[in-house]
Amino acid sequence: MQLILESLFNGVAIGSVLLVAALGLAIVFGLMGVINLAHGELMMLGAYSTYITQLIFKQVSFLKPFYDSYVIVAIGIAFLVSGTVGILLERTVIRRLYGSPLETLLATWGVSLILQQFVRSVPLAYASGLVIALFFGLFTPLFISDDLLHGAKGKLIRACTWGFSALLGVATGGVLSSLVSKLSRASARNVDVTAPSWMRGGIDFVGITFPKTRLLIILITLISVLVVIFFLDKTAWGMRIRAVTQNRPMSDCLGISTETVDIITFGIGSGLAGVAGVAVSLLGSVGPNVGGNYIVGCFMVVVLGGVGNLLGTILASFSIGIMTDLIGAGRLLTIWPDMPSPLYSTIDFFATTSMARVMIFALIVIFLQFKPTGMFPQKGRMVES
Amino acid sequence: MSIFSTKKSWINLTIWVLLIALIIAAPSVLPVFRLNLLGRYLSLAIVALGVDLIWGFTGMLSLGQGIFFALGGYCAAMFLQLNSAGEFPNGIPEFFGLYGVEKLPFFWEPFKSSIFTLISIWLIPAIIAGLLGYLVFRNRIKGVYFSILTQAALLVFFNFFNGQQKLINGTNGLKTDVTQLFGQMVGSEIMQRWFFWISAVLVILAWFFARWIVRDRFGNILIGIRDDEARVRFTGYNPVIFKTIIFSIAGGLAGISGALYTVQSGIVSPQFMTVPFSIEMVVWVAVGGRGTLLGAILGAVLINYAKSLVSEALPASWMFIQGGLFILVVTALPEGVLGWIRKDGPKKLLFLLGINKKLETYPSLEVNEQGEVKS
Repeated sequence: MQLILESLFNGVAIGSVLLVAALGLAIVFGLMGVINLAHGELMMLGAYSTYITQLIFKQVSFLKPFYDSYVIVAIGIAFLVSGTVGILLERTVIRRLYGSPLETLLATWGVSLILQQFVRSVPLAYASGLVIALFFGLFTPLFISDDLLHGAKGKLIRACTWGFSALLGVATGGVLSSLVSKLSRASARNVDVTAPSWMRGGIDFVGITFPKTRLLIILITLISVLVVIFFLDKTAWGMRIRAVTQNRPMSDCLGISTETVDIITFGIGSGLAGVAGVAVSLLGSVGPNVGGNYIVGCFMVVVLGGVGNLLGTILASFSIGIMTDLIGAGRLLTIWPDMPSPLYSTIDFFATTSMARVMIFALIVIFLQFKPTGMFPQKGRMVES
Repeated sequence: MSIFSTKKSWINLTIWVLLIALIIAAPSVLPVFRLNLLGRYLSLAIVALGVDLIWGFTGMLSLGQGIFFALGGYCAAMFLQLNSAGEFPNGIPEFFGLYGVEKLPFFWEPFKSSIFTLISIWLIPAIIAGLLGYLVFRNRIKGVYFSILTQAALLVFFNFFNGQQKLINGTNGLKTDVTQLFGQMVGSEIMQRWFFWISAVLVILAWFFARWIVRDRFGNILIGIRDDEARVRFTGYNPVIFKTIIFSIAGGLAGISGALYTVQSGIVSPQFMTVPFSIEMVVWVAVGGRGTLLGAILGAVLINYAKSLVSEALPASWMFIQGGLFILVVTALPEGVLGWIRKDGPKKLLFLLGINKKLETYPSLEVNEQGEVKS
């Protein structure tokens, strides 16, 4: 019983990281048919945001008393950072490639290479300055009344907002690099995020210790999923997103601005990648390649879960998580020690993290033989289904 | 119509002359190190041809060609290791001793035969590609799903090879440069020169082979699958068979390429199965010009050459350049360099720059002496 509970907990913990990472990917894929290979790098940006937030809380005197709550602030910041970069990516690259998903795949891979090298060779202080400049440059026009943005004067105003944002970015970069010396030099080395004191240790329950970090990650995932469900089901924009996911041309005809829907969805999807990055940073060290470890798992979730259905994503990530734990940690062997010996040796052969992946892929391919479009396929009468 | 009368043939001819001149001149001009690099790039051109067949012609973007590439490499390396294993204890390759393995794993046995190895280099990858492809295509999994599944398969193979020290030396890979072939060290200069020639000849043979595949009805069906698979199916063809065949051919080409690359780089390791390497293969084709076989060769050789030059000068900047190349080639140059040249790209560029004023918007008609259009 204890064993099963422990194994279930571990599986859910692995699955919830996958879920929060795959959630954004799945929403964007459902809406735009685009697989974002830079999703892992957006996670990486989220993880680095956590690191930077943590350093700022440590170094800046008036924030020091609140050091313990930096994780909560970091979630918001990571969401905004990854969301901003994601929206920029959508505006500059993906929008041009609409209707050709394979080309988008390659272009986003290019973006991911650039982002990886970017965090290696640009000092983090200035990198965050750049993100801040982008953030204000992209979003201030939304708060200026539309009348002002028309005509020649509007162009001037737009130029001014970008100019001010750039100044703000440079200022932030300068201030950060002088305040926090660790951020002033470029480094390709991995960095570590230390959990605040209240997150260390675990909670004992029926004789099992549940690590608090993992509990927090499960909580983050739970909240993210609930917020996404609320947003999609209860708000006007959520309804528009669902409409465009179901039938883009018809939604367009009915007056939904599909372009805005694309931006919002991509922003949210990328932001969720950032939140996933926070979770990842709590589990291990943060480096330029951190996203790559999770990204293929996310793809598997999307393939297994089917498009445009959150339930599929949730079930797929938890089943992959639980399977990973069951096979990879060899828990089946401890749960059922006296199984027949050929089965025992087979399962023993797969009882490492990497071999578990091999096994899970094989299982997914077998599953797809019966359900080629995932657990919950989208209903429709298209030939191309 | 003579084959040299169209503009396309002239461009092709020019590139072929340059390429063959390069191949013939290289051994006497280049130092052995550079020659070896060129030989490697030529062998990579073979895998690029395969990628072009499945992506450029059939429209399936495989991100997992590294699997077949590495399998070919492993076949060659296992043979070479066994070929020079006689002097080691137990008569098995040295690395087995590190893990306390005393008996050769069963699947190594057939690689003692050189004929088996020469066949297995392309046959094993082709069979595995065919099997994988059949399972995927049978369920009409295509487009992005196919790409993701191939990528996942790549990762699976990587994990498998990386983890199995006792079977194939795991993450360390199999070295070939210190092994013996025909009484010579594989890494020696004379052998490397030979491998260069073999690569050069095989690239050209592979090109002829690929051209033979795509120029007839078979090729037309492939292009049909790329442009509208549903229509091909409704016309009475079964796309699954064609896709499986072409995927397995591409796998075989990747295997040959991997074997040649392995003997020239001196080692095969799971690094051949990393995700970035397989995606790079796609970008060679994209830059050279997908759907143009020559473009695949050109792209593979030029980009790799550029990569080694840039990485020697400014190691950090290659990632930026490569990333930029990915974005540029899909947004601005979807036809690739060769497609761009063939579609009057240079003329249009000159026109845009204001150097060349006249731009043909339609093909000029042939007229006779009276000014009438010839029929």
